[in-house]
Amino acid sequence: MSGGGDVAVVGVGIHAFGRHDGVTGLEMGAIAARRALADAGITWQDIDFAAGGSDAAGNADTSVSMLGLTGVPFINVKNGCATGGTALTTAHAMLVSGAAEVALVVGFDKHPRGAFNPLPEEWGIGSWYGETGLMLTTQFFALKIQRYMAEYGISDSTLAKVASKAFANGARNENAWRRTPLSEAEILGARMVNHPLTQYMFCSPGEGAVALVLARGSRVRELARVPVYLRSVAFRTRRFGSFEVFSPSIPIESAPSATSEAAAVAFEEAGIGPGDVDVAQIQDTESGAEVMHLAETGLCEHGEQESLIQSGATELGGRLPINTDGGCLACGEPIGASGLRQVHEVVLQLRGEAGERQVPKECRVGFTQVYGAPGVSACTVLTV
Amino acid sequence: MTETRQRLMIDPEVIGGTAQAPRLIGSVCARCATVTFPRQRSCPRCTSEDVHPRELATRGELWSWTIQCFPPKAPPYLPGGVEEFEPYGVGYIELPGEVRVEARLTESDPERLRIGMPMELTLVPVPGAPDKLTFAFEPVPEAER
Ligand SMILES: [Zn+2]
Repeated sequence: MSGGGDVAVVGVGIHAFGRHDGVTGLEMGAIAARRALADAGITWQDIDFAAGGSDAAGNADTSVSMLGLTGVPFINVKNGCATGGTALTTAHAMLVSGAAEVALVVGFDKHPRGAFNPLPEEWGIGSWYGETGLMLTTQFFALKIQRYMAEYGISDSTLAKVASKAFANGARNENAWRRTPLSEAEILGARMVNHPLTQYMFCSPGEGAVALVLARGSRVRELARVPVYLRSVAFRTRRFGSFEVFSPSIPIESAPSATSEAAAVAFEEAGIGPGDVDVAQIQDTESGAEVMHLAETGLCEHGEQESLIQSGATELGGRLPINTDGGCLACGEPIGASGLRQVHEVVLQLRGEAGERQVPKECRVGFTQVYGAPGVSACTVLTV
Repeated sequence: MTETRQRLMIDPEVIGGTAQAPRLIGSVCARCATVTFPRQRSCPRCTSEDVHPRELATRGELWSWTIQCFPPKAPPYLPGGVEEFEPYGVGYIELPGEVRVEARLTESDPERLRIGMPMELTLVPVPGAPDKLTFAFEPVPEAER
């Protein structure tokens, strides 16, 4: 053991996801941070290390001017969809090494409506790619799941069930953005965006913030009502052969995804297997992502998703509840906050404090997986 | 002839051959034989810089597909293409032993697309810039399969 079993989440705070006119991303980050500190029963002065960031809403350490100028070492993180995971990895390493005893991580974002308008030149591709009409993230998601469905026998109904579960869970989460339940038929009958994915199978860029307070050793028992141990956090990038967004070509030779590798390392370091997981939050940028990530993380076999999801196993009352807070589909995706939202939700579930959406069975092991362009993934294993 | 062709193609670094017999230009690594598209200066698999241009196969199989149902944003799409928008097919075509290439498809009816169907390289006008041509793949007619 690396000593990671000694580090725990002792406080969590969230600013509701959605659209919040008149509040900046930085302000949301500061609000989430104050809530996490209050949850741990400490103040900003007690923090001896902090890390965090956003993709598009400013430098996290600017929020120290809102929280107070205590001289705390603060590492700004800007690492796309892995921003939260990277901040968490950094804080975890500082705590494990003994360089800090109580740390705060924060992730926030505020994307304008219709954000994400990438240009080929920024991705090292010729302008022909955009002019031809190939520079769209939704196309990539559709092409990836279309192939996967054919290879592993996944149905359109299963894609729709992933989304209807997300909205059902979101309806029970006061911090979610989309809180109206939608039936499988409504989701399947909605406007087609890119076959086989309809409008309600995609998440949208949004706003929100999450902060966590972590501690080590004796500080854990002093601060936490119910300590939730961060048993491991692992972060990987893509290898040659992985199928990622904006690829004019992909090799015929395939490779394990960044998610597969990060998940395997997270489980190995925690000394816990995927079969032990009671509740998990996994990246659901669109319905297909949740399906594929279920297998990539090792939570099930490739192809097993069809029976798993059709049987209701991934619903709140099922054997393996997935995205119990509504995931990206119901919460939206403020990039910097998304990964930490997953950890926030697992902490609530393991503490038994998830209210209306509390998983009815006993939960002792939680898992999170965030994934983003152009092929980064971070996974955690948490236990009580 | 060459000058005419170069005015026509959306990017002569990407599409070679002639208007009647176009070829996609990729590259092949002299060390590990990895094929890329478009052309790259170094090999993404083994990092070698001993990489040479290569005209890719013109026939392959449909590896995956989707239909683009809404007009892409311009830029990077051309503004005229948005105004006259019609849904279009997009897919990856596996060129045997080489690489899977992403392309527009001439077919946009989901009922007529099937993973594994034989496809062939062709040229189509660039939406929003009819004086230019870009590449696409079309289903190989039944009789020629
Ligand atoms: Zn090579």
